[in-house]
This record gives sequence, structure tokens and C-alpha cells, in this order.
Amino acid sequence: MISVNNLSFSYPTQGFSLRIPELSIQQSEKVAIIGPSGAGKTSLLKLLAGILVPQQGKISIDDVGIHQLSDAQRRDFRISRIGIIFQDFELMEYLNTRDNILHPFRISRALKLNASVRNRCDELADELGIADKLKQLSQSLSQGEKQRVAICRAMLPEPDVILADEATGNLDPANKSKILDALFRSVEKRDATLIAVTHDHELLDRFDRVIDFKQFYQQAASA
Amino acid sequence: MNDIFYLAWRYISFNRFKTLTLVTCIALILFLPLALKMLLMKSEQQLMSRAVSTPLLLGARGNSLDLVMNSLYFADERPDSIKMQSVEDIYHSGMALPIPLYARFKSGDHPIVGTSLDYFDFRQLELSSGRLFAMLGECVIGAEVAERLGLSTGDKILSSPENLFDLAGVYPLKMTITGILKKSYSVDDKSVFVDLKTAWVIQGLGHGHQDVNTITDNETLLNRNKNSVTTSAKIKQYTEIDGNNLDSFHFHGNPSIYPLTAIIAVPTENKSATILRGRYLSSEQTEQLVRPQDVISDLLNTIFKMKSFIDAVVFIVALAMLLAICLVFSLSYRLRKNEINTIFHLGCSQGTVIQLIAAEISIILLFSAGLCALGLLALQHVQSGIVLRLFVS
Repeated sequence: MISVNNLSFSYPTQGFSLRIPELSIQQSEKVAIIGPSGAGKTSLLKLLAGILVPQQGKISIDDVGIHQLSDAQRRDFRISRIGIIFQDFELMEYLNTRDNILHPFRISRALKLNASVRNRCDELADELGIADKLKQLSQSLSQGEKQRVAICRAMLPEPDVILADEATGNLDPANKSKILDALFRSVEKRDATLIAVTHDHELLDRFDRVIDFKQFYQQAASA
Repeated sequence: MNDIFYLAWRYISFNRFKTLTLVTCIALILFLPLALKMLLMKSEQQLMSRAVSTPLLLGARGNSLDLVMNSLYFADERPDSIKMQSVEDIYHSGMALPIPLYARFKSGDHPIVGTSLDYFDFRQLELSSGRLFAMLGECVIGAEVAERLGLSTGDKILSSPENLFDLAGVYPLKMTITGILKKSYSVDDKSVFVDLKTAWVIQGLGHGHQDVNTITDNETLLNRNKNSVTTSAKIKQYTEIDGNNLDSFHFHGNPSIYPLTAIIAVPTENKSATILRGRYLSSEQTEQLVRPQDVISDLLNTIFKMKSFIDAVVFIVALAMLLAICLVFSLSYRLRKNEINTIFHLGCSQGTVIQLIAAEISIILLFSAGLCALGLLALQHVQSGIVLRLFVS
């Protein structure tokens, strides 16, 4: 379970402030976050992932207080317990599909790359329909295939929480639905929690809950 | 660590062209000063070792460097000639063993050196096959000449005319190879050695032709009387010396004034060397007696002065290139800012990013060092030739 209490965050140089008195998300829940640009949706994902640290308040994931962890602990927690899917996929162009999926295991000591992880990588690729693309460089893949690779990369460490930032934002309508299907299937299979920022209102019906961020957003002057 | 190097390798191999350019630039920065140093060390070693092993050298007064370079390395610079009489003078002084040298002619690219058999003992040259020259028209060739021209004992080698346009010049002499020297890794490997008399035959001071007493052809025989025989230029000149025509070869004039390019003087003791040198100090002397070691030392001093200048130039160029490479690296990491942010977001530490960058730089440096080492190895194989070409030809 994810819980946020009395959270307050602002960027030092920007006229922006995010205040969330209380927010809780249950295990296995699929939550969509909507709101105007600059409302702090991505900032919340970064706060949940421990990339940003709040000035005040508490963030807990399964009773682990993210805000209390050191930098190194937050990194280890993030790479092993949280999967992140970016809007621009953020794949490494010099790596092939398999190496992109295995990438988190190569850049952190918190994850161990072994035979079972490699097998799981192949299974996951098969599940998301990119098994035949494993040896291809990411630059030769289509947009939809790239996002499937990004989902595989996020899912491979078997995280408890998946944070998706506009995961379907760069895809055509046909691909959007397919990718979301694949993401939902993968999340449900692993009983993970999904928190997805989206501007795509057509997809909202498929989520368990929708949080409108308008309520949390304040200009610095009025904050 | 393996994973870090794996990722670094993937990045480097993906950006092949950029990597190759960087590797080449860094390898060049490393190679240039090292190669220069290597060549200079080899020059010093090669030039000095031969100079040190040649105690004194007698030649015509003039440029001592030309004299040394011609006599030690059979370079193209030809000093004025001295007379054969000088050999006798040194010999009769009892102070040194004279070894005459007449290095004026060539066979293709290879110098023909007229000398005595003492030269082979003096330079400790050994035969790999055959024997030393014993008869007029015979020669011994260096290992590299044999290898390059595919010659063996019993084969023939031709002297080259001095000037292609000299119609009145002497004919090339076809010489018989009687022996091939073992490799000595010196200029001797590239040379053709003949007896002094054979060298003088090449010059035309000695020659052989058909017996004038047996000529009956009126076009060749112009006049015959009790005391002399006059023939036309149609008389057959021999261009090869063999057992049948050897007796017909003869020299005109006084042999004591026949030319030499130099005489190596091997003193019997230090005192003799000093006395002998004193004899040639007078400004009225037409000959000079030099210590090749001193002449080569002067040459090397000049080269090393130039080296400091070249070092400074290479340093400035290397510094400019290094700055350019640093700029390339920094621009490259600026372009990769998104990628680095992504891996930070995934959970990578700053230390790991630094390790990744260090691994990439290490691989590039390793390849550069490898390429530089290959270049130096290749240079090592050809450096003797380069040194000889730089200083001798």
C-alpha cells in the first residue's frame, strides 16, 4: 500500500508548489492521474520513486518511509521495488532489445543478473510479443515495440509498483490500446500496483480510480 | 565490473566512427613523440656504434662529416679522393694498420666498396656462404643485397655507370659473386665489396681487351711497328673478368697515385694514434685524420638540439589535440545527458555513471595504446632502414 501524508514539495527556482494532504493507493490498484500540464503529476511520480525528496510530509510504500531513506537506499529501493516507464521510452540506442531489458541489472548492485533473470527476460519478451526482436538494436524498432521493451525493462525486476509517465503519449490510437492491454496484463499477472499519468481521457475507464491533480496544484504565490 | 565494461564496449562499438577517430588521434599523440625518441635513440646507437668502432679515418681535407658518412656508411656524399701512397705512408709509419676504402661506385642502389681483406676482420664480418674475393672481378655481397636481388654465390652482378649520358664512360663491369656475408644489421648488409683493383677497373684505370698482337683486322689495327701497336676504338674491351681474359687486364700509370676515398687507420696503441693525428694537423696538409666518434658526436648534438625544438612543437600539437579530445568527450556527455538522466532515474548511482564513463575512456585509451604499440613495433622493424635513409643517403 502506498500512502502520502501532508506532502509538500516545491522546486527552488520555479513558481510551483505541490501539496497533498492525504493520498493512499491500495496494493494491485490501477490508478490514473490526470490534470493540467505543470500540475505536478510527474513530480509526484518522481517523489514516489524517490528521485525527488519532499520538503515536508511522509511517503510510504509497504511501510517503508521513502522520505527517510538515504540516497543510496532510495536508489536500491527504486531499482528493485519500483518500475518506471517513460513517455519517450528512454531506451539505450546502442543496446539491443535484450540488453535494454536487462539494463537495470547491469547498472545496480541491488539486482543480480543470473540465468533465471535471463530466462525471465525471454518469457517477458514473449509475453509482450517482442521475442523475435531480442537481438535487434532499439533504434530499429517501431514506437510500439520500443514501449513494449520499456515495459519489459520496468517489469523484469518484479517490482511492487509501476509508475508510468504518459506511457501511451507517443503512440498512435491502435498501438495505445494494445500497449495498455499488455501493460495491464503484465501488472495483473504480478499483482503489482500501477500509477499512470495520462492525458488520454479515453483510457480512463480502464483504471480502478482516477485522481485529478487540479486539487493539489498551487501557484507559489498563492501557496 | 564486467557489466560496466560490457555496457561501455556496447557504446563504443555502436559509435565505431567516433571511436576510431578518437583512437587514431590519441594513438598519434602517443606515437609521435615516442617514435621520434625511438628513431633518435636508434640513430644515436647506429651512428655511434660504427663511429666508435672506427678509431681514425684519413681522407681529403674538407668536410669531415662527408668523409665520415661516406667511409662509414657509404653515403652518396663523395669526399675528394686521396692517393694510394697514403696507405703506404701509414703502413710504413708502423703506427697503424691502414685499411683503404674506395666507395665511389654503385650496383643499382647498393654501394660498391673497394677495400682490402683486412676490412672483413676489422668489421668482424663473417661469410654465410662462399669465400672472400681472391681474383680481379670477384665480389662479396651483403646479406640484404643477396636477399633483395635473389643472388647466390656464382651469380653475376653489374656495376652501374656513373652517368647515363657519358658516352665516353667506361663499360659496366660484370662481377662474379664469390661469397655472401652473414647479416650484421649495418650498412655492410647493403653493400658489394670488391678488391681495390676491381674498383679501379670499374673506374677505367685498369682494363682488359683482346691481344693487340693477334689482331689482323685492318679496321681495328691502325698501325703496327717495332715499338708500338695502334688500334681503333673497335678493339674488343672485356666487361667481365674470367680465367681466359684475366691476364689481359692491366693498369696504366703509377699505382701509388690511384684514388681512394678514405683510409681506416687502426692504431697499434693510444700513443701511436696521438702521434699519427699530430702529423695531419698542419694546415698545409691536403689530408685530414679525424676521429669519427667526434664527428658523429657533433652531428648528434645538432640533431638533439633540433629534437628539443621538435619536442616542443609535438608537445604543443599534442596539447591542442588533447584539448580537442576533451572537448569531444565533454560534448559527447552533454549529448548523452538524457541517457545519463534515464539511468539515474532507473536507480543507477553517480559512482556507477562515473565508472561507465571511465570504462569507455579506458577502452579508448587501451585501443590507442595498442595502436601506438603496433605503430612502434612496425617502426622498430624498419627503423634501421629509416635511420640509414635519413642520415646516409
